[in-house]
Amino acid sequence: MNKNTNLTIRKFDAIIVGAGGAGLRAAIQLSESGLKTAVISKVFPTRSHTVAAQGGVAASLGNSEEDSWQWHMYDTVKGSDWLGDQDAIEFMCRKANEVVVELEHYGMPFDRLDNGKIYQRPFGGHMSNFGEKPVRRACAAADRTGHAMLHAMYQRNVKANTQFFVEWMALDLVRDGEGQVLGVTAMEMETGEVVMFQAKATLFATGGAGRIYYSSTNAFINTGDGLGMAARAGIPLEDMEFWQFHPTGVAGAGVLITEGVRGEGGILRNSAGERFMERYAPNAKDLASRDVVSRAMATEIKEGRGCGPNKDYLLLDLTHLDPKTIMQRLPGIRDISIQFAGSDPIKEPIPVVPTAHYMMGGIPTNYHGQVVLSMDGRHDVVVPGFYAAGECACASVHGANRLGTNSLLDLLVFGKSAGEAMVEDIKAMPTAHRELAQGAFDKTLARLSRLESQKSGANVHEVGLAMRRVMQDHCGVFRFPDMLAQGVARIIEVEQQVRVTEVKDKSQVFNTARLEALELDNLIEVAKATMVSAEARRESRGAQAREDYPGRDDANWLKHTLWYRDGSRLDYKPVQMKPLSVDSIELKTRVY
Amino acid sequence: MATLQFKIYRYDPDKDEKPYMEEVTVEREETDRKLLDVLVKLKYKDDSIAFRRSCREGVCGSDAMNINGKNGLACLADIDDLKQPIVLRPLPGLPVIRDLIVDMTQFFKQYHSIKPYLINNDHPPERERLQSPEDREELNGLYECILCACCSATCPSFWWNPDKFVGPAGLLAAYRFIADTRDEATNERLDNLDDPYRLFRCHTIMSCVDACPKGLNPTKAIGKIKDLMVRRLI
Repeated sequence: MNKNTNLTIRKFDAIIVGAGGAGLRAAIQLSESGLKTAVISKVFPTRSHTVAAQGGVAASLGNSEEDSWQWHMYDTVKGSDWLGDQDAIEFMCRKANEVVVELEHYGMPFDRLDNGKIYQRPFGGHMSNFGEKPVRRACAAADRTGHAMLHAMYQRNVKANTQFFVEWMALDLVRDGEGQVLGVTAMEMETGEVVMFQAKATLFATGGAGRIYYSSTNAFINTGDGLGMAARAGIPLEDMEFWQFHPTGVAGAGVLITEGVRGEGGILRNSAGERFMERYAPNAKDLASRDVVSRAMATEIKEGRGCGPNKDYLLLDLTHLDPKTIMQRLPGIRDISIQFAGSDPIKEPIPVVPTAHYMMGGIPTNYHGQVVLSMDGRHDVVVPGFYAAGECACASVHGANRLGTNSLLDLLVFGKSAGEAMVEDIKAMPTAHRELAQGAFDKTLARLSRLESQKSGANVHEVGLAMRRVMQDHCGVFRFPDMLAQGVARIIEVEQQVRVTEVKDKSQVFNTARLEALELDNLIEVAKATMVSAEARRESRGAQAREDYPGRDDANWLKHTLWYRDGSRLDYKPVQMKPLSVDSIELKTRVY
Repeated sequence: MATLQFKIYRYDPDKDEKPYMEEVTVEREETDRKLLDVLVKLKYKDDSIAFRRSCREGVCGSDAMNINGKNGLACLADIDDLKQPIVLRPLPGLPVIRDLIVDMTQFFKQYHSIKPYLINNDHPPERERLQSPEDREELNGLYECILCACCSATCPSFWWNPDKFVGPAGLLAAYRFIADTRDEATNERLDNLDDPYRLFRCHTIMSCVDACPKGLNPTKAIGKIKDLMVRRLI
């Protein structure tokens, strides 16, 4: 016990918050190095949302046809609409084969080609020879790649004897007076006990925050906890205006249907049965980048060519595919379609709409997974002891739009590199942990006691719903100046309500109502960062499509947004156009 | 809009002396298709009802519970298929923490006991290990397990001996590695299971098959392990 605080303090060399793909990959690195490591997760590791990834993980293995990391890099830069940092992108694409092969060695059940190598399928924006024609680059385990990957990595961690704290929710990031990160406070769900996890190195691998939107492919747990904690601790959030709307969420339910469906030959059709993508992307057609396809779909719906009684969805047609292909390569989406759309894709098309899916922005990091700040004209000032990887981080490899299958690659590459950086950095540190300052837990204790004693407060569900509605209506696929301005005002109103949420359930045992209130504290930071950043960026690039500024404006906006919670202030930093070893991929108009 | 009747197992050790069944109603909207949709709504009304949930699409395995007497996932259970009042209980055979939340420690302990990871002590090649599509096919129906525990928590042998019998989920995982051509520890794995309890408490009741929300067949996998046991004797 610490005299000043009443919190138990547990000390580790390293802690990892989040046990999805990035957290588990980093944990392998740390556990196998022999460091005392704790992985803290809100859910049992295999329940993390990586489990829901379907289509594949990108690597230029070239198992079916010629491919190269340089082509993959070009596609990623182009997919990012040139907002991605080319040093990090080169790093990721060069490492892809290594991390995918490692995963295979861990036991991942990839599908196989006749020659025994890993099966690869086409995916959106994956092209050979610098954008020429589609290439098979997505390494897949049927349409359950995320599930197979997450389980394989959990299993590897069981082998490595990683110590997990399952069903613990991290509450706040603890920094000392010099800004060094000392760990997190966290609550054990089963007992309500709050503990300080102190470490020399702390990794956030907390995943996405799709639950800021009303309609999302994301799980209930995707509440941006790492981003909320970082923002409250004075760390800026980068490029938060860039949210990917996946073209094919099941209409109404929001459940994801992988792009792999189109990779295997599926076609999007409008109410006239037309393959409309031919008009929007004559070369790549249905396999254009996700932002391009989602905008095309939103346009079709807006112009009255949507399907159904309300003309509000489109059709993903697989009926021309061999049922054997569907059963072998897409069994999971067939189940999903039957379960959530009531249609068997072998016989009838699946009703789909663009659905909030992935956060390109996040906690700013370099390609070693170290969190970086901008100070005194430098943009690479490392926050000692703090790392981030996976969806919660912004390296930035996805820029303004992520390519399908690059998310699973991102979490492997940067989970690993963050783990390696942590091992290195810890070795260089003194053996003793740094001193915890008096009042280190005040923020956490104040939040909890506010929630505990709140009377006549706001209903967590109603406030959350208001936030999701505002985000959906004001900051969707297409963005309008007046709606964005109103959106900022509305989200600030919602924020006031978040400050006074009330939970009726006062139990200490598995109090899920309290957890949802604490999650809302994180979601609102993400929502506000998104709306404010989107309102300020006066151009269209990747996933940010503004009606009043329809074109990309490299002269003024080829730069990353940084949102600071304090005063909701914005700053900007340059895009890294210089790769590590190859020539820069020069700015070009982006056509598919 | 229709009113749905529920009877839900409630127990909060912080305030309840013992568990009780609570009768509640919830208004179903047209868009509510699955049990989880209405459970989430129920929580809007009474934030004290506790259950796990995450992906809401049947792949994370969080929301397993006993629904009208049968184990299943709330996110995959069609409301239209459920007789009212819809009776919800925690998974049977596991200690209850609160309401519909059970303590899964024993379940995971058994899963961990089978060494659920690929064992191959050869130096890994520079590229992927090769595996034919036919050999890979052997893993179908095994690797898709989501560890929801619907199967083990419906198995009488697991209820009586959760500390000694591996249970259907763990045994399915054991066979997943035995069946993998890349794994070299088949003998070791069989030794690990060659025990009157660990494997042989399975009496082929097959309730696990009926309960699996992913349509997997642990009984078949267990049968194959037993075959291998016999075969290595002769």
